[in-house]
Amino acid sequence: MADSQDHEHNKMQLKGVMGWVEYRLPWVNLLNNAVGTNYPTPRNLNYWWNFGSLAGLALVIEILTGVVLNMHYVPTAEGAFASVERIMRDVNFGWLIRYVHANGASVFFAVIYLHMFRSFYYGSYKNPRELVWWLGLIIFFLMIITAFTGYVLPWGQMSFWAATVITNLASAVPVVGTDIVQWLWGDFSVGGSLLGRFNSLHYALPVAIVGVAVIHMWALHEHRSNNPLGIEVKGPQDTLPFHPYFTAKDLVGVGVFLLVLAGLVFYAPNILGEPDNYVPANPLQTPNHIVPEWYLLPFYAILRAVPDKLGGVIAMGGSIIILFAVPWLDTSKVRSAKFRPIYKQFFWLFVIDTLILGVVGANAPEGNWIIIGQLATFYYFFHFIVILPVLGWIESPKPLPDSISTSVLGDKKSPEPAE
Amino acid sequence: MDETDSRRNFLYIATGAFATVGGGLAAWPLIHQMNPAADVLALASTEVDLSPLAPGQSITVKWRGKPVFIRHRTPEEIELAQAADPDDLKDFQPDSERVQNPEWLIMVGVCTHLGCIPLGQKDTDAKGDWNGWFCPCHGSHYDTSGRIRKGPAPENLQIPEYVFLDETTVKIG
Ligand code: HEM
Ligand code: FES
Repeated sequence: MADSQDHEHNKMQLKGVMGWVEYRLPWVNLLNNAVGTNYPTPRNLNYWWNFGSLAGLALVIEILTGVVLNMHYVPTAEGAFASVERIMRDVNFGWLIRYVHANGASVFFAVIYLHMFRSFYYGSYKNPRELVWWLGLIIFFLMIITAFTGYVLPWGQMSFWAATVITNLASAVPVVGTDIVQWLWGDFSVGGSLLGRFNSLHYALPVAIVGVAVIHMWALHEHRSNNPLGIEVKGPQDTLPFHPYFTAKDLVGVGVFLLVLAGLVFYAPNILGEPDNYVPANPLQTPNHIVPEWYLLPFYAILRAVPDKLGGVIAMGGSIIILFAVPWLDTSKVRSAKFRPIYKQFFWLFVIDTLILGVVGANAPEGNWIIIGQLATFYYFFHFIVILPVLGWIESPKPLPDSISTSVLGDKKSPEPAE
Repeated sequence: MDETDSRRNFLYIATGAFATVGGGLAAWPLIHQMNPAADVLALASTEVDLSPLAPGQSITVKWRGKPVFIRHRTPEEIELAQAADPDDLKDFQPDSERVQNPEWLIMVGVCTHLGCIPLGQKDTDAKGDWNGWFCPCHGSHYDTSGRIRKGPAPENLQIPEYVFLDETTVKIG
């Protein structure tokens, strides 16, 4: 804190038991500084800023439902499939808890993708928020591993063959590839040994995600939120206290989020899943068409776009690694696409490109899908490696407003935020 | 730099080096525990009775958790396999190196691309352009000797260790 005088002044004055506790463990103060009246927030944040809190909610839902699922789940090749069926049929509310967990994972990824596209549109990854972006990408990576290991647990046909195909990617590594794959399997084939360690990782990684998310928010709180205009906060007239203004706004998002999740769980619980996963794993028969969950389809399309085994793996890994370089590949000094007329169009092209990749990933690699997949993969990298840096040099941005408050309130004098 | 400084530096470097090596040694058990355990390595082999298989028939048996394809090849299949032009083979291997007895082709039925099980064991299966096996996952074609001919798989289907115990019994592994 800059000066302790100010610090003391902002401290809540609490009486009684609360005061007794607060004196010893200032948790109200901590919350107040993090998400309370003492956390100034740009007053112009729109609904695209809701997805961070929603991601946190989704994470909590996944952990709660996951911990209870694990009370009934049996992580062995012989027992896994039957234990999931038992959860669905016999365990009290097991069906509900499992459907919330499975669909919750989908909604979680949807939220994270929107959160990331928000960052692309408003240049949220730029100086001084590069590490906020990096920590977010680490969470994203951990989520992919978590979701993939989770998808294997029910030990259906898709579980088994997704595990086979994805762990075999490591065999593309020259010389030691086979050793790595057997190290991953703990066996000479995908089986109970792999299932056991996947269950262990699937339990542990979300805990790691919680840890990284805390650091992500720590870094965020240092320079605070970016905003739709992408310009700096110049003073108190540009901000509102987080509570009650943005706690209320976040709750609106929570309502919509829960409606969507409940809609999926109660009306279409299997729409995002693969029917083949209700067939028990059979190591002697591959399903005709192996597909990952929808949220990994674009990456699967990139993997298959390169006709070489090692090349495909490198391209897929590169498609995530390259995101770490985005704060430097984007050479424009202006953050928000609002003031970048050309970038704005390329942003939407990029969105369309990722959607095309998703469709390609869902289709068998035959005929036109191969060439479409290759073009879309090429464009994915072209966007980052060529378009982003070049646009920063050649584009002339529109004039930026003087401040958030003049832009939002016009000439009206800024009203005092309610105390 | 005076005497105490260099002594201190020495201590820093020595302590750091010990900590690094010690950390590495402590990490090894954590890494190695994931490798196949002793009971997994001590694998029983599988014995198979071949007498019911007429030429042109195949069976799949499980060995080390993986399918092993055993095919009683027809004379035409043997001829096709032996006549292959070496220039056409991505992973060159003459048929004679892949069989002990040309009538019996015994190989691990796992696609060398990403591990799917190729089709071709049943008469009704798609067998690919070389009338051997076809992997539906990403379209790899194998010939009547199980060699990769077309598609993303880099290698021929693997040949396991096996011995013929008598005319019609084979022990795999
Ligand atoms: C980042 C948070 C998480 C994500 C994205 C996630 C994702 C998934 C997914 C996609 C599945 C497969 C759903 C299906 O088709 O059945 C799954 C299953 C499972 N997860 Fe999670 N999970 C998370 C956290 C957890 C946690 C913290 C636990 C337990 C401590 C857990 C325990 C389980 C269990 C036991 C299953 C197998 C039962 C089932 O298939 O429903 N998960 N998870
Ligand atoms: S796994 Fe057989 S072609 Fe890819």
